[in-house]
Amino acid sequence: MNDMIQTIERIAGVNPRKCMKCGKCSGACPAYDEMEYHPHQFVDMVETGRIDELMHSKGIYTCLSCFACVERCPRSVEPAKIIEAVRLAVIRQQGQDHLKPEQIPGLLDEDLPQQAITSAFRKYRK
Amino acid sequence: MTFSYFPGCTLKTKAQDLDRWGRAAAKALGFELQELPEWQCCGAVYPLAKDEIATKLSSVRALAASRDLGQELVTLCSACHHVIKRVNGDMQNDKDIQTKVNNYLRLETPYTGQTSVLHYLEVLRDRVGFDEIAKRVKHPLTGRKIGAYYGCLLLRPSKEMGFDDPENPSIIEDFLRALGAEPVVYAMRNEYCGGYVTIENKSYAAKQVDRIMENARACGAQMLVTACPLCLYNLSVNATDGLPVQYFTQLLAEALGVKEEEDA
Ligand code: SF4
Ligand code: SF4
Repeated sequence: MNDMIQTIERIAGVNPRKCMKCGKCSGACPAYDEMEYHPHQFVDMVETGRIDELMHSKGIYTCLSCFACVERCPRSVEPAKIIEAVRLAVIRQQGQDHLKPEQIPGLLDEDLPQQAITSAFRKYRK
Repeated sequence: MTFSYFPGCTLKTKAQDLDRWGRAAAKALGFELQELPEWQCCGAVYPLAKDEIATKLSSVRALAASRDLGQELVTLCSACHHVIKRVNGDMQNDKDIQTKVNNYLRLETPYTGQTSVLHYLEVLRDRVGFDEIAKRVKHPLTGRKIGAYYGCLLLRPSKEMGFDDPENPSIIEDFLRALGAEPVVYAMRNEYCGGYVTIENKSYAAKQVDRIMENARACGAQMLVTACPLCLYNLSVNATDGLPVQYFTQLLAEALGVKEEEDA
């Protein structure tokens, strides 16, 4: 379990133990309703080693990387980086890509900018 | 004034209006955007992981090319700007990333963040000046009530982006005022549009866009402006009953009278 905490902290480069549990990050989060664990819980669950649950949660794909939590956290914990690290711990495993190239043609519409596909690829697959 | 220019993939395809009118307006205002030779896609999202190098390389190549030309680097797309600006910050402040990137790239002169990265709006504000722009306006947008849509990427994290006040920005409002329009301030202007999540969760993006539109309309906006192709897409395509949305460069070109020249 400690290994996993260290892996997440290494990828994220931030320290969840700095969190003072104020909840500001979750208050600012536009994806709050789309996540079963909210940003402050992500931070807490990484700190206490409940990483397996996070790795199986849908919230890792609904964080929008809008950086509202990063901006408003008074302790510079940068929750978005912790969520990203958990997602990476999942998709870096063989066969765990969340988006596959074969799916792309079906997702396109006439106006969809390249930026959308590139972003999703960067976020959802390795 | 000549700047290196990084257009990015989307401005060559779906967002040609952002690029085209930005270039035309620059010429009219007396500065030149010199497109970097052989630039590569920035990746559209900043790689947050501390242990990733490969995803940062294309930005560093653009930054180093611009340094070698002795120019500042200008971007138009909010996403390109976000990525390149933050990677530049890493190259200035993170010794580990700096060393690994330089070991890999083996540039003649190692890159350590020397280039200054400017968004086009910053060029207008800090190099040309909004007062000067106001003097060059041929067709003031008098009586038009326009809401600025900032979104996320230009503003946050403010410590790294240094663009404007992240909670109460004013640069696009000042820009609109210089064009003779009436800027409409509304609370949701720095909230998220749904971004790439639209690909797998359209209803979530739509819900978010409707909240933005409702708020902008209640405050009296007749249209919105943005600097981001994905914001424009979400705000236009995912809105139930949305206001019209344009790129800020389209309005600039219109006010400067370069649109009619090109159409003529
Ligand atoms: S970056 Fe993710 S977790 Fe943070 S506020 Fe935005 S959506 Fe929520
Ligand atoms: S805002 Fe920062 S300090 Fe407050 S709960 Fe979130 S991570 Fe912890």
